[in-house]
Amino acid sequence: MNGLARQLIFIAVAVLGAFALGVVALRRDEAINALWIVVAALSLYTIAYRYYSLFLARKVAGLDRWRVTPAVANDDGLDYVPTHRHVLFGHHFAAIAGAGPLVGPVLAAQLGYLPGVLWLIVGVVFAGAVQDFLVLFISTRRNGRSIGELVRMEMGDTAGVITLFGTFMIMIIILSVLALIVVKALAHSAWGLFTVAATIPIAVLMGLYLRYLRPGRVGEVSIAGFVLLMLSIWGGGLVSQSPTLAPMFTFEATQIAWMLIGYGFVAAVLPVWLLLAPRDYLSTFLKIGTIALLAIAILFVAPQLKMPALTQFVDGSGPVWKGSLFPFLFITIACGAISGFHALICSGTTPKLIASETDIRYIGYGAMLAESFVGIMALVAASVIEPGVYFAMNSPAAVVGSDVASVAQAVSSWGFTITPEQLETTAKDIGETTVLGRAGGAPTLAVGMAQILHGFVPAFSNMGFWYHFAILFEALFILTAVDAGTRAGRFMLQDLLGRFVPMFRDTSSLPANLVATAGCVACWGWFLYAGVTDPFGGINTLWPMFGISNQMLAGIALMLATVVLIRMKRERYALVPALPALWLLVCTGSAGLIKLFSRDPAIGFIAQARRYQAAIAEGSVLAPAKTAEQMQQIVFNGYINAALTALFLAVMLSVLVYSLRVARQALKLPQRSDHEVLQAVGQAARSAS
Amino acid sequence: MNARLVERFRHCAALFGETARLMIGLPNYDRYVAHTREKHPEREPMSHAEFVRERQQARYGGSRPGRCC
Repeated sequence: MNGLARQLIFIAVAVLGAFALGVVALRRDEAINALWIVVAALSLYTIAYRYYSLFLARKVAGLDRWRVTPAVANDDGLDYVPTHRHVLFGHHFAAIAGAGPLVGPVLAAQLGYLPGVLWLIVGVVFAGAVQDFLVLFISTRRNGRSIGELVRMEMGDTAGVITLFGTFMIMIIILSVLALIVVKALAHSAWGLFTVAATIPIAVLMGLYLRYLRPGRVGEVSIAGFVLLMLSIWGGGLVSQSPTLAPMFTFEATQIAWMLIGYGFVAAVLPVWLLLAPRDYLSTFLKIGTIALLAIAILFVAPQLKMPALTQFVDGSGPVWKGSLFPFLFITIACGAISGFHALICSGTTPKLIASETDIRYIGYGAMLAESFVGIMALVAASVIEPGVYFAMNSPAAVVGSDVASVAQAVSSWGFTITPEQLETTAKDIGETTVLGRAGGAPTLAVGMAQILHGFVPAFSNMGFWYHFAILFEALFILTAVDAGTRAGRFMLQDLLGRFVPMFRDTSSLPANLVATAGCVACWGWFLYAGVTDPFGGINTLWPMFGISNQMLAGIALMLATVVLIRMKRERYALVPALPALWLLVCTGSAGLIKLFSRDPAIGFIAQARRYQAAIAEGSVLAPAKTAEQMQQIVFNGYINAALTALFLAVMLSVLVYSLRVARQALKLPQRSDHEVLQAVGQAARSAS
Repeated sequence: MNARLVERFRHCAALFGETARLMIGLPNYDRYVAHTREKHPEREPMSHAEFVRERQQARYGGSRPGRCC
């Protein structure tokens, strides 16, 4: 095909995307079809990939097809393996896709679908995919070093330690918010709890099979595990209907929180082959399979969106989370548009597997576009359910009450008409006793996915099966993340503590292991427990903190990218990462400052703590607290959250100071001053070929 | 024509299987053996079971989380 025809095709795609986006943004009086959003997203991704990522690859980074990558230079068949680009794309996508892009857009749907759609598309094209691409590029040119080491190499020791510390704090917040999502989904749900609990014996059986019966046969054991998983969903349905078994699997949120804390500790000290690895196999395959299934189902079912494009809550008065569109939309949709956590993946295993430098464009930029599409699908799933059901599920009892009559009345009064009967029917359809107080995104997403998937194969399934399938899908990889995250957090903690107490350096020492694991579990367990017992519902406190910390790490990654480009003497392209970095600094900074200093007690941590402190002094009890202890707890949580937010801001600002200093020095130098590692083997290989 | 199609299908299936295994942290075992035989003839390559075990330890036994939230 000649060049002109090619250009014409891309122009046609651009026109199609612009038209679809116009429909999404401008058609207000009638319900639009989800396919408009899908078409708009896919065409704009195509254009961005074709033109912007090419600009990044050729001009900004200057990828060199002939430069030898770490995988080629250090090939050992294990850690460093030159890998086929499509195979590596799958690996990288599986590593970056997780609960973040699924939950954030669901929570953001309280503003209507339009703000979420726009930020998911614009954010990924100009910020998220740029970050992933540049970090992957920088790490690949430095032998696949991790983000902490990269910051240390290019910005100095102190900035490196600060980044390492920031990363550890993010891990803690991520683990606690993920665990909280699971608790919210499983409380009072015998079906859900049975199904999720069954994954533990299933994984252990798989682990034993893989170790002793047929060592190394991961394919057959994964298929067997998948069959057992489906049986456990079916079994959970039977359990929930049995009058004797159902109560045995029905627990309060606090009890489930303690179980998770205990589980997290045990799972992190058990040998990896017994529980963690086989569970990871199941969760990875289920995750990728379900994402693919959902994409196909949305295309076939072509559901209508019931959520309006914009709701009245853009003013900041929303029930799911408080705060105005700017900056909180950009904090709530964390992954999907841009995720700092990806900086860890892009400087982890992936750079050691890149076969040719030019693949970085496809892997780094392309996989992040796919991740953004997962966010779009989550937003669609949250928008196809009745808005009344959405708000009934996600509003804290403190705002709407805790029985169907009062919830239906409160939600209807906002203009999202719903009857108590409709809420009861929805709960019955999905095989649960209630849909109220199910904040956290996962249950809402599960209802939306159940609707879409049930519409896809109506004859063969029922809503209850698909709802619990979706819950299992999320809980499974969240629990895997909790296991693996606790383990990783333990090593980070040992690394940090080892700088002061040498005994902790020894990662094979059992006491050091147990102490560091317990320390890590205690950290996230504390936030989990505080979230579960929080009279305000927990999610509306923890999710913004997660968003702030995640965007803070993204800001650090983009500042690193800016510094590296300047040190490479490519400062004319420094704005490419610097502008999104600035945007993140503004969003995260203002969100953090609002959370700290807002006088509105519903938003500001300190204002809230002060208000309850004043009430305690007067001896009165303020709703939603019911006891004096709960009052004390709200005050304490408020100050802890404020301290943590201040810490995140301090981390971000100190890295900003370091990057400005290094950038200024580098600008004065006449020559390059970055620390790329040249692959010596590569030079020989190049001249030989 | 048919033979080429079959060949192409096989190739895709092989790539698909390789992708699935790499997603869970297992690179291509045959490639590892070939590499070790060629570059390090003095070493005996690990058996498949040892290889899987070694990769599990490498994937989960360090401070890098390896996956996103």
